[in-house]
Amino acid sequence: MSVGFIMLVHTALDRAAAVARHWASSGCPVVIHADKRVSRAGYEGLVEALADLDNVRFSTRVRVEWGTWSLVDATQRAAELMLGEFPGVRHVYLASGSCLPLRPVQELVAYLDSRPDTDFIETVTTMDVPWTVGGLDQERFTLRFPFSWKRRRRVFDAYVALQRRLGYRRPIPPGVVPHLGSQWWCLTRQTLSAILEDPDRREYERYFRLVWIPDESYFQTLVRLYSRNIESRSLTLSKFDFQGKPHIFYDDHLQLLRRSDCFVARKIWPGADRLYDSFLSNDPAVTKNAEPSPGKIDRLFAKAVDRRTRGRPGLYMQSRFPREGWENGKTCAPYSVFEGFAELFENFETWLGKAVGSRVHGHLFHPERVQFAGGERFHNGALSDSAALRDYAPKSFLASLIWNSRGERQCFQFGPGDAQDISWFMATDPNAQISVITGAWAVPLFRSNGNFSDIRRRAALLQKIESEHLDILRSPHARARVRIWSMAEFLENPMEPLQTIIDEIAPRGQRRLTEAPVLADLRGFGQFLQNLKNQGMQPHLMGDFPVGDDPEIGPRRRRRPYLVRK
Amino acid sequence: MSIWQSYRMRLRRRRSLIRAFRKRRELRPVANRTAEIRRGDILAFITLRNERVRLPYFFDYYRALGIDHFLMVDNGSDDGTREFLVNQPDVSLWTTEKSYKRAQFGVDWLNWLQRKYAHGHWSLVVDVDEFFIYPFCDTRPIGALTDWLDASSIKSFGAMLVDMYPRGPLDAVPYRAGQDPFEIAQYFDSGNYTIHKNHRYGNLWIQGGPRARAFFRDDPQRAPALNKIPLVKWHRSYAYVSSTHALLPRGLNLVYDEWGGEKASGALLHAKFLDTFPAKSAEELRRREHYANSHEYRAYDAGLKDQPELWCKWSEKYINWRQLEILGLMSKGNWA
Repeated sequence: MSVGFIMLVHTALDRAAAVARHWASSGCPVVIHADKRVSRAGYEGLVEALADLDNVRFSTRVRVEWGTWSLVDATQRAAELMLGEFPGVRHVYLASGSCLPLRPVQELVAYLDSRPDTDFIETVTTMDVPWTVGGLDQERFTLRFPFSWKRRRRVFDAYVALQRRLGYRRPIPPGVVPHLGSQWWCLTRQTLSAILEDPDRREYERYFRLVWIPDESYFQTLVRLYSRNIESRSLTLSKFDFQGKPHIFYDDHLQLLRRSDCFVARKIWPGADRLYDSFLSNDPAVTKNAEPSPGKIDRLFAKAVDRRTRGRPGLYMQSRFPREGWENGKTCAPYSVFEGFAELFENFETWLGKAVGSRVHGHLFHPERVQFAGGERFHNGALSDSAALRDYAPKSFLASLIWNSRGERQCFQFGPGDAQDISWFMATDPNAQISVITGAWAVPLFRSNGNFSDIRRRAALLQKIESEHLDILRSPHARARVRIWSMAEFLENPMEPLQTIIDEIAPRGQRRLTEAPVLADLRGFGQFLQNLKNQGMQPHLMGDFPVGDDPEIGPRRRRRPYLVRK
Repeated sequence: MSIWQSYRMRLRRRRSLIRAFRKRRELRPVANRTAEIRRGDILAFITLRNERVRLPYFFDYYRALGIDHFLMVDNGSDDGTREFLVNQPDVSLWTTEKSYKRAQFGVDWLNWLQRKYAHGHWSLVVDVDEFFIYPFCDTRPIGALTDWLDASSIKSFGAMLVDMYPRGPLDAVPYRAGQDPFEIAQYFDSGNYTIHKNHRYGNLWIQGGPRARAFFRDDPQRAPALNKIPLVKWHRSYAYVSSTHALLPRGLNLVYDEWGGEKASGALLHAKFLDTFPAKSAEELRRREHYANSHEYRAYDAGLKDQPELWCKWSEKYINWRQLEILGLMSKGNWA
């Protein structure tokens, strides 16, 4: 008989009784503190259920409220009773009604017997803890907290604000260095009795009564005064989420808990029948059959907190709809937007598809229909090709497209003839790689068979739209990887920019471009631009194309594949 | 939020509650077993009409999930629905012949019943063809979820409607009573949803899925809303204002995170598109008891004539809640 358990219970009394019975019948004394709010019938039922065990005691009941002194008060009463009633107890283990032993009692006893002077209590200075609620760390010890955080939050907050404003600071008793830590400890009789029998106990109490969450600091601080050998960790497995609320264990955590190296876990959901059935046993074969791997539990809960606080980048859904600027990734993966390429090169999409090894879309924002790769009616995630559906929520459309095809680089064409509402979204998205050949929209007009006055009107409109689009891409708010060439500039040396873009899309592909895309026939383009000018329009986005000096690369490239020297 | 707007919302909520109070006379109790409701019970509230064939599986599913009591309003069924329900030990049944539409599509009736019986309980409002799933629903009963929500001080839980449909024509495979409808309607759309924020109530307005792409491809604004908040720790001062899409007070509609994180959420698998659908659609069109002059049913009627299949190459076959989580339709949030 070397370890005794203190249990603080307030709900799920039947489960608490089962655990108490397990410990008591394994030879460990148990002192139970039942919250005063437990109904009389409930309390009597609990006493009744454990009446046949001679090493179970019930301490004086206190009305316990989270974050207040009452919890320490209850613990002190139970500890005094434990030390007084069971002189053979060397270690006292503080547990709650929702704790569950993970390993047989004899293992715990053996473990503690071989460390007779060690106090297991997590105790760290306030500088070193990241997990404080409400941003109060050092201030827990220097302000006064007479109001309940749970019931009277406003008064609580107002009083804290007032004290900060007035610059009020409580003096910390001499010799005391504030420490914090998990409230679930296991202390030796020597240390615990030294704390309880300290001549200055009243003074410390007076101080800690108005400290914020004293159950996480009273023992954790005072133990530093008396303990000969502190091991600063809790033997109880207890994980907290981002709000400082303990994670709860369910039946599906059974395998995970088996791999824990802790002796006790908290909190267990009262309905977790399988956990209670499996772990309330002293047979090592039943309770433990796997190599301890506590990292797994850590990762699970760290991931949960991460999902709650940061979420999955680029996902918009019913329970994640970030405000502008808080998306933590507007889209979930990089994608490439090509403007003017499909106009300047023949079969550019096919060529690009081969070069980067994936499907390439046409104009996704085409006013009549979404041009998915291969002319499909639906795309990943059952996205529809309906332009009306797309334009109803263009951001949803693009974010869904990228999200739905995670793992496959999305490339699509864009231009001034398309629905423009998406411009800002793309320009401010760091995942977007936008490459623009300005003025290339003139090539289809040049080759079209329309009336010149219509062409002129159309050209003016497209130029205006593209100018506005370029202003967005060049805005200081733009975050996309933007490259802009005028058409004339691009034509001087088309392969180099293409290679740069392709390398960025498939960096490890190390694919050298062996075949150039075929340029559209531009003979007479200079004259075409001159005609536009003669009609009073000023086409400026395509750069300089002198009349009669036609770009010559086009027709000849057709027969001569371009090879890059090594 | 100005004081004036808050005040208007308060008025709106009061008005909903007064409507509910006035409509209470339309409900005639057939079997009132509400005395058996104990503290902490989880309650389900349902309005229905002529759904006899769906009921056996519906009860199998929700009893297994851990619903303790069903409070149901039968809107003039004549196919044996009422007779079936009267004999269920955990059902309290009311009946009415009055207009579903004029009771705000049943909202008034249920608001009244919830005000009267759900105060302090977790309350789930679903249709007979909606099946609630939530993170870990295969290993944890609904009580685990509500306990966790209580511990986290969360009062409402969102679950988006996910339309399920079969491969091939809707009426190719007949649905038998007691059968899991998702043996037939196995498919869903995984990523074609649109989200707008509704600034009046602060809820999200989600549309899309197979109905939007098949029936509303030229008129997406009118596609039905898929956002729902079916599970609420009810207080007698709460009221649903528009089906289960939005509640008042508005804080209950904040089932989504705005700062980049994900809150926990579930889904309502919607078994609407079975062989019973074309007949139901025609009947509802005749009765004109549905939203916006039954516009939705007119669209279905027209859409089903030229293209009876909802399935497409990119339809996803349903496996379990984890699949929906990975696809991003629902989230575990910080529940682990």
